[in-house]
Amino acid sequence: MNNDPSIRLYFRIGIILMLLLALTISVAYIDLGPYNIVIALLIAAVKATLVGYFFMHIRTSPRLVWTFAIGGFFWLFILFALTFSDFLSRPI
Amino acid sequence: MADHSQAAHAHQFDDIKQQHEADSLGMWVFLTTEILFFGALFLCYGIYRHAYPDAFASASHYMDVILGGINTAVLLGSSLTVVLAVHAAQHGERKRLLVFLVMTIVLGCVFLGIKGLEYSHKFAEHLVPGVDFQYAGPQPGAAEIYFVLYFVMTGIHALHLLIGIGIMTWLAVGASRNRYGPDYYAPVEVSGLYWHFVDIIWIFLYPMIYLIHVYR
Amino acid sequence: MKMEQNVDYLNVAYGPRSWLLSTDHKRIAILYMISITFFFFVGGFFALLMRLELLTPQGDLVAAHTYNELFSMHGITMIFFFLIPSIPAVLGNFLVPLMIGARDLAFPKLNLLSWYLYIIGGIFTLTAMITGGVDTGWTFYTPLSTAYSTTNVIPVVTGIFILGFSSILTGVNFIITIHKMRAPGLTWFRLPLFIWAQYATSIIIVLATPVIAITLLLLIVERVFGVGIFNPALGGDPLLFQHLFWFYSHPAVYIMVLPSMGVVSELITCFARKRIFGYYFMAAAIMAIAALGFLVWGHHMFVSGQSVYASMVFSALSYFVAVPSAIKVFNWLATLYKGSISFHTPLLYAFGFIGLFTIGGLTGLFLAALAVDVHVTDTYFVVAHFHYIMVGGAVMGYLGGIHYWWPKITGRLYPEGWAKFSALVLFVGFNLTFFPQFILGYLGMPRRYHVYPPEFQVLNVLSTAGATILGIGYLIPFTYLIWSLRRGKHAGPNPWNATGLEWTTSSPPPQHNFDKTPIVTEGPYAYPPFEKTEVVHGGS
Repeated sequence: MNNDPSIRLYFRIGIILMLLLALTISVAYIDLGPYNIVIALLIAAVKATLVGYFFMHIRTSPRLVWTFAIGGFFWLFILFALTFSDFLSRPI
Repeated sequence: MADHSQAAHAHQFDDIKQQHEADSLGMWVFLTTEILFFGALFLCYGIYRHAYPDAFASASHYMDVILGGINTAVLLGSSLTVVLAVHAAQHGERKRLLVFLVMTIVLGCVFLGIKGLEYSHKFAEHLVPGVDFQYAGPQPGAAEIYFVLYFVMTGIHALHLLIGIGIMTWLAVGASRNRYGPDYYAPVEVSGLYWHFVDIIWIFLYPMIYLIHVYR
Repeated sequence: MKMEQNVDYLNVAYGPRSWLLSTDHKRIAILYMISITFFFFVGGFFALLMRLELLTPQGDLVAAHTYNELFSMHGITMIFFFLIPSIPAVLGNFLVPLMIGARDLAFPKLNLLSWYLYIIGGIFTLTAMITGGVDTGWTFYTPLSTAYSTTNVIPVVTGIFILGFSSILTGVNFIITIHKMRAPGLTWFRLPLFIWAQYATSIIIVLATPVIAITLLLLIVERVFGVGIFNPALGGDPLLFQHLFWFYSHPAVYIMVLPSMGVVSELITCFARKRIFGYYFMAAAIMAIAALGFLVWGHHMFVSGQSVYASMVFSALSYFVAVPSAIKVFNWLATLYKGSISFHTPLLYAFGFIGLFTIGGLTGLFLAALAVDVHVTDTYFVVAHFHYIMVGGAVMGYLGGIHYWWPKITGRLYPEGWAKFSALVLFVGFNLTFFPQFILGYLGMPRRYHVYPPEFQVLNVLSTAGATILGIGYLIPFTYLIWSLRRGKHAGPNPWNATGLEWTTSSPPPQHNFDKTPIVTEGPYAYPPFEKTEVVHGGS
């Protein structure tokens, strides 16, 4: 089993994910003001991308799958962007 | 010997390959609906965190960063066991498939156990909105919104995880009966996609809910 | 010559179990057809009571709170339990596999599940409406729906939540079927526009419905636990509810109208015996409507406290979304131009759609202008606008499609004389009902009120008279279509001489749709040019 390159890749990705988790928690203990959330979300995005790309096999999936995976997040972005455009341009 | 020849396909498909592709795409489209489903909750959270940053920060101090962190590691680990299970099914390794499915189920149950522990703490501390909510810090109204979103988001996530455990159990039963092999493993792969998605939701939930102002 | 009894999907098995447990997309379509017709008449009954009350300026038929329940239940029933499923669940379910040369949808069991979810949701909501009603409007604005209303909000909302999953399953099924199960040679740009419309509708369903599902769930949480996610008194923002609600509910109107547009393209090409003008633009316009429809939801919130800047953005985007719809109207007209037109009933409904949708769409543009909307929002102007689209557009398309494909679905022809007559009755009744409402709204009559100033009575009486004619108009097809099931003339496989794979199999089709998987070698609407037919007319 350890000869299978894809198995080794999965384990490597798993270790990277755990390291990124450790990074997330450590950085949270440092006061970076408004950048804490930005960094936390960026690391989360990297983790999610690793899970998606390697574990969910988006890497080897047809373009149609890519379209739905990315499209869902893009549509969510529309929801966020236009809703925030209201809340950010008036006092709550 | 190993009977994994469920290569007979459903009547509406021309062959097993078309069926596999349809099943996979079907799960991806369903996951797209889930992105929007959870995404709307993240929007609510984002709006109110933007509106009440201090209240959210102080309310988040009631969260146990370590327990949450352990749970995150548990789910990340379970994603690994899931992808190993799919790999085993793809390569006809029947025993390994069963082992990894069972490991996934165990890890999922560990997550739910820790979550249940956290919920019980919240009940004891009177931090469940609508159930004798007593918040001692500033801006209790905003803090209550934080806790509502906490319970709704993690609650729905836990429900999805529970369903995932159910699906993995059903797969494990099938695996013990040799249902899956190189020519028929779509159910394992497709269920794996669902499980990874539930993991991804938590990957975002953890920092947003637990790690707001930890350094204080 | 007597027709021999072929085995088709209707007579292959009898008995309730063969229907209620069927995974045949054609039988499920019939189950849906019966169910949505039932809810249509329930919703129509609520409307009838409303219009009766509005005959007089005083509130003399029902009390104010009862009237609030009537318009709420009319809206909820018509939108969620009739319009949203209508064309996709009936015509789409029946025709999508046939039009692409497949034996069934990708997931037949999920298809049956979607019908059961529809029924369960419908029973929940209908029971809740009968045993206590709901008075929040179909829009469920907070904090009325969460904190102040004493009506059956939670069960009604639960029923809609369940219905959302029914809708999502249909959408998922269509997307995978259209991607993966097209017959050999059937490339994307050889697809009938009805399929493009179903595909775009399914994309909308999949992206929008989950948002309203979670919104309704939060509404229930707020109401049950007395918390304040959307309640300003407790620190929440009611506008957040509205943003989430309309993120679904605006694209929802395109869920309701796009399938109808797909039907119209089929009807116009068949009865003008011509290819569609500008096929690529028509397909692109369908996808553009679906995409742009997600960017405009704030135009429902111009006066609710949304920021002026966001309102300006939404207003500008709302103008954009009208462009692809207009392109479609122009292309239908261009298709008719110099076509060989035969005035069968389905074409009459298509004409009705084009005219009435144009009026509805234009008035939508009026409403998209901030300065105009401030005056006519929450008046009968808006009510007239959306009924022109929903009834004049979507329902006309649905009826046109039902008539057009009736021979295929049932193997029988409907009586053409009665059908033409009722199409006319419906057209007259519809305009008499809703055109006065444009004027009423412009003059200032608010919507959702059961009393009004006496000077508005004449227009209201006209509207109620129209509604009566409209109601009778709907009963006529209901009657003759059922009559035709036993007494209608038997139909051949292609009574309209139309192109399209669904017409190449028998009427009604066999259970597996096609004896041999068809192979497609040309584009849609391949009607022969008129010059050639003159030559053929030799007489062999």
